[in-house]
Amino acid sequence: MASFFDVAGRRAAAAAAQSSATPSTKAKDPNRPVPWVEKYRPKSLSEVSAQDHTISVLKRTLQSSNLPHMLFYGPPGTGKTSTVLALAKELYGPELMKSRVLELNASDERGISIVREKVKNFARITVSNASATQSSSYPCPPYKIIILDEADSMTQDAQSALRRTMETYSKITRFCLICNYVTRIIDPLASRCSKFRFKPLDEENSRLRLEEIARTENVEYEDGVIDALIKVSEGDLRKAITYLQSAARLHNPIIQPKPGKVDNEGDEEMEDEEDDGDEDDPKLVLDSKKITVRSIQEIAGVIPDQTIDDLLAACEPKKGKSAYSDISMLVRNIVADGWSAGQVVLQLYNKLVFNDIITAEQKNDIVLIFSEVDKRLVDGSDEHLQILDLALRISEVLAKG
Amino acid sequence: MTTTNRKIEFNIVASVYHIEITPSDVGTHDRVIIQSLLKEIGQTQQVDITAKQKFKVVVINEADHLTRDAQAALRRTMEKYSPNLRLILIANSTANIIAPIKSRTLLVRVAAPTIDEMVGVLKYVAELERFEFSNKLARRVAEESGRNLRRALLMFEALYAQNEVVKDNTPIPPPDYETLIGQIADELLADHSPARILLVRAKFYDLLTHCIPATTILKLLTFRLVAKIDDVLKADVIKWAAFYEHRIHLGSKVIFHLEAFVAKFLRILESYLMGMEF
Repeated sequence: MASFFDVAGRRAAAAAAQSSATPSTKAKDPNRPVPWVEKYRPKSLSEVSAQDHTISVLKRTLQSSNLPHMLFYGPPGTGKTSTVLALAKELYGPELMKSRVLELNASDERGISIVREKVKNFARITVSNASATQSSSYPCPPYKIIILDEADSMTQDAQSALRRTMETYSKITRFCLICNYVTRIIDPLASRCSKFRFKPLDEENSRLRLEEIARTENVEYEDGVIDALIKVSEGDLRKAITYLQSAARLHNPIIQPKPGKVDNEGDEEMEDEEDDGDEDDPKLVLDSKKITVRSIQEIAGVIPDQTIDDLLAACEPKKGKSAYSDISMLVRNIVADGWSAGQVVLQLYNKLVFNDIITAEQKNDIVLIFSEVDKRLVDGSDEHLQILDLALRISEVLAKG
Repeated sequence: MTTTNRKIEFNIVASVYHIEITPSDVGTHDRVIIQSLLKEIGQTQQVDITAKQKFKVVVINEADHLTRDAQAALRRTMEKYSPNLRLILIANSTANIIAPIKSRTLLVRVAAPTIDEMVGVLKYVAELERFEFSNKLARRVAEESGRNLRRALLMFEALYAQNEVVKDNTPIPPPDYETLIGQIADELLADHSPARILLVRAKFYDLLTHCIPATTILKLLTFRLVAKIDDVLKADVIKWAAFYEHRIHLGSKVIFHLEAFVAKFLRILESYLMGMEF
C-alpha cells in the first residue's frame, strides 16, 4: 500500500485502481452480504412469529387507526423491534415513514437534555399531510411515532422528563418504548402505556422459521442441527439465526460472484480464524459441506458434554482418596482451554438438577452454591478460583449424602 | 473528546490497516468513547480507494472490561455501520459480555496452547537463537508456565541468560513475586501465630506496591498453601480463597482481605491440628 504522504505514489496507485475499473465507491451493491437477521426481519405484522396475542391486538388497533402509547417488553430476540418497525411500515408505507417515525436507541446519547430537545421538538412538529397516493394505499393516521429502543438503559431523570411530554403532545405523537426489563421503567411511564409482553419463542415457531431460512439460503445441515440451534438459543431467534449464518459460512466455501469481490474476502478471513482456533478439535475439520451439531455448539461456545461429564465424575465421592487432585487438574484445563466460567456453571447446573440419583436435599444445597458462585462471577471474581470452589463444594455435598 | 463538559485523554494505536483502542482505560467513561469515536469512524468511508476492503477494522481490547452502558451503546452501532466498520473484540472471557453483543458476533475461542505445541515453539526459538535444545527441559518449562506461551518464552530466555551451561535439571528461575509469595506460604506453614500475620503484612505491602494485582497474589498463595496441606483441608481453603477473592472485587482496600484470608487459613489449619471442629 502506498504511503499516505507519498502523494505521487498515491496518485499512481489511484490511477491504477481506476484503470482496472473497480469502482469501489458504488453506493448499493445488491449482492452485498447482509446479516440474515436484517434480511429476514418480518416485513409485515402477520409475518411476526409466535406473538399471536400481541399481533391480534395491534391489528385491531390498526383498523381503527387509533393507537395507544405502547410498552413492549420481553427477552432479547423475540421480535419487539421487528414488530414496531413492521407496524410503522404498515401504517405509513416506506416513504412517509421517514418523516413520521423517530427511532432512538442506546447508541444515541439519551440524557435528559436530548429528551428535552430532540424528542420534544419532534413531538411538537405538526403532522405533515400525506399525499393522495400514500393515503390510498396506507392508513396514514394523523400522528407520528417515537420509538425509544432499549429504553431500560435510559436514566431515571430522562424517563421522568418524558412524562409530561407524552401527555402534552399525545394528540399528534405516540410513543413506543421497548425494553428487556419492565421493572427498569419508572411507574409513571409504565402506567401511561399499554403493555405488551413478548414471550420467548416456542420450539415449533423457531423451527419453522429456521427451516425456512435454511431452505432459502440453500444451507445443508445434518439431522439435529435445528434442534441444537433451538437449544443453544433459548428462545432467542436472532441468536439462532446469527449462529446459523456463522455455521453456514464456516462450512460452505463462499461462491464468489465475480473475481476480486471485496466483501467476501473479509468473510473468508473470519473463516480461517475460526479454523485456527479449533486446532485441538479434529472433528471440526471442514471436509463436509453440511453443518454439524458440533460446529453449532462450538460457535455458541457450548462446552463438549464429555468435559462436563469428566468434571462431574471427578466430583463423585471416592473411597479413601481426596477429590482435590482430579478436580483441580480438570478445572485448570477447562480454564486454559478458554471456556467461559458462566457457561461451565450453566451446563453443570443443567446436568445436576436433572440428575435423579442426587436426592432433593442435596440438590437444595447444590443450588445454593450455584447462586453464590454466579453472583461472584457477575461481580468479576477470578474464574479459576470460583469454578474450583464450585466443583469442590459440590463434591463435598455429594460425599455427605 | 468531551462528555457533558469534561475532557478525556485517550490513547489510540493505529496503522494503515486498523485502529486499536482500549476503552476500559478511561474507566467509567468508556461509553463516551464507544458513542463518539466509533460513530465518527463508522460514518466516514475508507479514504484510501486503493484499499482491498471497503470497511475499516477497529480492534477493541479488553472488551470484557467494558461497562454495561458501553456495551449497550455498541449494540446498534455494530449493526448500523457494518458497511464501513468491522469490530474485533478481544476478551479473556465471554462471561462479562452481554448477550446481545454475543449474539451479534462470531465467537472464536482461542484455547491456550497445549504442552506439545509449546515445546515445538520453544524448539523453534532455540534453533533461531542457537541454543542447545533439550526436549525434557522444554517440557518442564512448558508445564511450569501453566500453558502460557508468553511466560514460557520469558522463562526460557531467563534460563539461558542466567546459566552458562543449561542441563535438564537446571532449576527454572521463577519471577520475583512468585518467589516472595512462596516465602510467605512457607512462613505461614512454619508458625501459626498472630505475630506471623504481622510479619507477612510487610511482604503483602511489598507486593502491592510493585503493582502485583491482589487477585494474582491471593491465587498464587492459595495454590502454594494447598499443595502443602492435608487433603481434608483443601476444599475448605479453596472455599475461603474464593470468598475473599470475591471480597477483593467488592471492597475498597485489598490488604484487608488478603490478611483476612491469611488469618482464616491459620485458624483452619490450627484447629485441624488441635483436633477441634472448625
